[in-house]
Amino acid sequence: MLKQRLITLGNASAVFLAILLLWQIVVLVFRVPSYMLPSPWAVARAGAARFSSLLNASVLTAEEAGGGLLASVVAGVIIALFFARSRWVRRMLYPYTILLQTVPIVAIAPLILMWVGAGTAAVALIAFIISLAPIIANTTQGLISVEENLVHLFLMHNASRAQLLFKLRLPHAVPALFVGIRIASGIAVIGAITGELYAGSSRVGEGGLGYSILYASSQLQTDYLFALVVAATVLGFAFFFLIMFLEWYFLHRWHESARVPEVE
Amino acid sequence: MIDPLTAPQIELAGVTKSYKDRMVLDAISLRVEKGEFVTLIGASGCGKSTVLKLISGLAAPGGGTVRVNGLSPKDARKTISYIFQDATLLPWRTVRQNVDLGLELEGVNGNLRVETTEGLLRLVGLEHVATAYPRELSGGMKMRVSIARALATSPQLLLMDEPFAALDEMSRDRLNEELLRLRSEQNWTAVFVTHSVAEAVFLSTRIVVLAPNPGRVHAELPVPLAFPRTAALRETAEFEALVSKVSHSLREALPC
Repeated sequence: MLKQRLITLGNASAVFLAILLLWQIVVLVFRVPSYMLPSPWAVARAGAARFSSLLNASVLTAEEAGGGLLASVVAGVIIALFFARSRWVRRMLYPYTILLQTVPIVAIAPLILMWVGAGTAAVALIAFIISLAPIIANTTQGLISVEENLVHLFLMHNASRAQLLFKLRLPHAVPALFVGIRIASGIAVIGAITGELYAGSSRVGEGGLGYSILYASSQLQTDYLFALVVAATVLGFAFFFLIMFLEWYFLHRWHESARVPEVE
Repeated sequence: MIDPLTAPQIELAGVTKSYKDRMVLDAISLRVEKGEFVTLIGASGCGKSTVLKLISGLAAPGGGTVRVNGLSPKDARKTISYIFQDATLLPWRTVRQNVDLGLELEGVNGNLRVETTEGLLRLVGLEHVATAYPRELSGGMKMRVSIARALATSPQLLLMDEPFAALDEMSRDRLNEELLRLRSEQNWTAVFVTHSVAEAVFLSTRIVVLAPNPGRVHAELPVPLAFPRTAALRETAEFEALVSKVSHSLREALPC
């Protein structure tokens, strides 16, 4: 098992290194100007040289995306609880959650900028808006898909509405909620970076990854721009793995999805 | 005025039930006295499960009356436990917490709750898996948890809807024997639904054969086998004779 995993990891790393090497060679052999395509080595050097601003930008974006995501989890669960109460409410309001998903965020970014001003709050709001829909949809599904016999079991013990909600529907919805958070976490990071392109900074020269990317491109600092792109990717991965860990932590004892396959 | 001491445990009088335009039960009348173990048997579409839903108040009759201990089913719920076809365990709770569920929902706390739960875990032989989660258990073990949970609230009436249908024959036989053992230690009345004639004969004091489309009572057959009943009973001629008698009645009830 472990040996196979190490081989897989080794192979993946080899491919990655080969691509970097090829990239480096192409840049050297064809003498590509560094503002068009910097070599991997140049990217690494630029990243190292401006590591503290790279880190600051990453942390800022992480805060915005994380804040937006957290808010969308809280708001999404509350809205889902409301939706789960009646089919009628669902039918009436569900189309509007699809609206949340389909509205082009770049189109409403200027509005948000106008309403709350540029800066962290505006970006977090954008991340919140676009990560809300998957949370609502998945949590609602989890809340209403409780087996009928389980509801009957609770009714036979004269369970109150609160008991039905907190001891049956909510715990039953947790795995679905995590599916929603996992999807939303990716969108929240992308949303924060996109938001920063429009509303990223209240002060010139300071901002998150999206803002810094825009700034670096205007200054033709393509090597640093690439370093920022790498940082954005790493940030996306970090969010994803953090959610995976939380999901494992809360579900591994009882849920089928977290079951470790038995060794043959 | 109905005296709850002498009233039959369950009384269905001229009960009808339809889902949409389809009539499921047609004028069913049935009395179950305290201490009886009554099994409802019949082909699919006889409304066996519907009868249990009516007795528990999970469904309301279209016509006729249903009384449990002289009360309406909903008012009598505190004294009723329901065991479903699947174990219906909460996967996020351990075995102990699942057995505990009914007491928790009914607001029983403290020592009484702990003692009841631990006692039942011992009674059904689950102490060694008390901290396990349902996904770690076999089908038979899950059903045991379900039975323990139903008994935890000390019911006077136990409604069972094909509880062992999904199990293999060995586990089913063992659980049948265990169910009778539990019944001899506690005093509950049972209404049991099954497709299996042998199971019905082994468990019951009386078998009610239902005819389908719409469901109605075809025959009521007493099972005059003495208790305690053990596994060896299944091989006696008396048992075989009763099995053929019930099977025969079932064939009559089925329109070919």
